[in-house]
Amino acid sequence: MKVLVAVKRVIDYNVKVRVKPDNTGVDLANVKMAMNPFCEIAVEEAVRLKEKGVASEIVVVSIGPKAAQEQIRTALALGADRGIHIETDEEVQSLEAAKLLKAVVEKEEPKLVILGKQSIDSDNNQTGQMLAALTGMGQGTFASEVVVDGDKVNVTREVDGGLMTVALNLPAVVTTDLRLNEPRYASLPNIMKAKKKPLDSVSPADLGVDVAARLSTLKVEAPAARQAGIKVADVAELVDKLKNEAKVI
Amino acid sequence: MSILVIAEHDNSSLKQATLNVVAAAKAIGGDIDVLVAGENVGAVAEAAAKAEGVNKVLVADNAAYGHFLAENLSELVAEVGKGYSHILTSAGTTGKDFMPRVAALLDVAQVSDIIRVESEDTFVRPIYAGNAIATVKANDSIKVVTVRPTGFDPVAAEGGSASASVEQLDVVKDAGLSSFVGEEKAQSDRPDLASAGIVISGGRGMQNGDNFKMLEQVADLMGAAVGASRAAVDAGFVPNDMQVGQTGKIVAPQLYVAVGISGAIQHLAGMSDSKVIVAINKDEEAPIFQVADYGLVADLFEAVPQLEEELKKVL
Ligand SMILES: Cc1cc2nc3c(=O)[nH]c(=O)nc-3n(C[C@H](O)[C@H](O)[C@H](O)COP(=O)(O)OP(=O)(O)OC[C@H]3O[C@@H](n4cnc5c(N)ncnc54)[C@H](O)[C@@H]3O)c2cc1C
Ligand SMILES: Nc1ncnc2c1ncn2[C@@H]1O[C@H](COP(=O)(O)O)[C@@H](O)[C@H]1O
Repeated sequence: MKVLVAVKRVIDYNVKVRVKPDNTGVDLANVKMAMNPFCEIAVEEAVRLKEKGVASEIVVVSIGPKAAQEQIRTALALGADRGIHIETDEEVQSLEAAKLLKAVVEKEEPKLVILGKQSIDSDNNQTGQMLAALTGMGQGTFASEVVVDGDKVNVTREVDGGLMTVALNLPAVVTTDLRLNEPRYASLPNIMKAKKKPLDSVSPADLGVDVAARLSTLKVEAPAARQAGIKVADVAELVDKLKNEAKVI
Repeated sequence: MSILVIAEHDNSSLKQATLNVVAAAKAIGGDIDVLVAGENVGAVAEAAAKAEGVNKVLVADNAAYGHFLAENLSELVAEVGKGYSHILTSAGTTGKDFMPRVAALLDVAQVSDIIRVESEDTFVRPIYAGNAIATVKANDSIKVVTVRPTGFDPVAAEGGSASASVEQLDVVKDAGLSSFVGEEKAQSDRPDLASAGIVISGGRGMQNGDNFKMLEQVADLMGAAVGASRAAVDAGFVPNDMQVGQTGKIVAPQLYVAVGISGAIQHLAGMSDSKVIVAINKDEEAPIFQVADYGLVADLFEAVPQLEEELKKVL
């Protein structure tokens, strides 16, 4: 079966984010960018499905500027077969991303679509669910285990109270949580080979999708900074402070 | 304006988060109806009707909603919600699952995880793991919003005024796309992590799951919930539902005690709104000390048993 994986280019999770002085956004100039960590987990899961003989082809898609091709190449180096770049310099929000991905789903007809549960920049946690709704598919969000079984997939989900397993008809959408797998690193030979794998580029207009944003960002500010407090000498002092100074116990 | 709040519950009791969401709805202003969807939810509906500020409770009681499957719930909420100006629910894993589906079905954007209401269409939410705070304006006619419960003080569970009316809906939406297979619910007599007044969390420094018993003993003395860092969950010390952070649970208790946790930004994103933060770490350079009100540089295997003894003296 064919698996489609959506990967997003975001600020590297190790980078210290700084808000721009004019409060219009965060400073992304000369900042290290990377594949969203949850998307790395999505790629890894697809590759494992292929290694198990469950998946036959892995198509990876990313929406973003020219540079997003770096993240597609990374996914190709990790084991994806083919890339689709939906090129735009506009900020694409989750609903519009879902509409673009829907257009790709209609063309490619994958049996399984794997996305990250959340982008670490917008922290939206929306796109997979929206794509599932738009395509009329079932969804297994926040997955920690994915087992394809005939024309169904069983997805174990990380939920507030613990774990929950659902069975979904295929085709279905899965979004990844942290415990699904541990992504591998791309080897140098595979990075070289990835350069030769096919990568198509299309525009939102080619797909007939209007990507105009529905949410406007009025301002972006730095959070109120927390002041470091004091060091206590020992446990007795700590308990005394909690009881008599902070009065929280 | 008319606001539909989707209640968070477990079919038997209303989750406190719903009261925080009603508070967010009050901040927007307008009539507030609460939709209780689930199976055998009579008691939940009664509780929702008593909450302060609630105008009407709508009940969709059917096996199709018993496990809160997003495919079914979203169709119901989209149909009931299309007559409202706002649809709100809490940003727990249930809300995060079904609400974006609702937004897509209605062809509107969703505003995730708001912590403040500026006006009927403008909301404040953290982005980049709380490293930036965005003010966003929703331009669609229906505002679909998930609410971070810690951002809003809950309304009173018992409103005092006359109880809201309760209306049964007979809308059954079964999308036939998904089914419930099973669940593993963590059993605990301790308070709910997301709403506990005191939280004590352990990190990689705990070394194994058995050592979390030390934290549990301290937690029981203080009436606290026990949480964890991602590293402790990934290592299998404790279950996933204990993870505090950007991509886990958001907590804001009166007191947060971080034990053997370094203080990565993704962890801070989940707890830095706590009133008082205590850190116990043997590395005095650990970043957690930059946000801690009280820091103790010590080996946790000595400090935690001592903490238990000292607490026994004063509590
Ligand atoms: C996409 C993504 C999402 C993430 N989401 C989350 C999230 O939601 N929540 C989260 O917590 N993390 C999250 N992380 C992980 C985060 O970046 C850190 O890796 C993690 O928080 C580290 O956990 P830790 O502090 O327990 O471990 P470490 O960083 O290894 O720190 C262990 C600490 O224990 C101390 N220690 C060790 N032994 C002792 C002892 N005997 N006595 C006292 N102190 C001791 C050490 O000095 C050290 O400071 C995420 C990461 C990514 C990439
Ligand atoms: N611009 C994009 N390009 C490709 N995939 C995306 C894009 N935006 C979101 N996604 C996918 O949707 C997931 C969740 O994103 P979000 O809803 O923004 O938190 C990501 O982990 C990706 O898998």
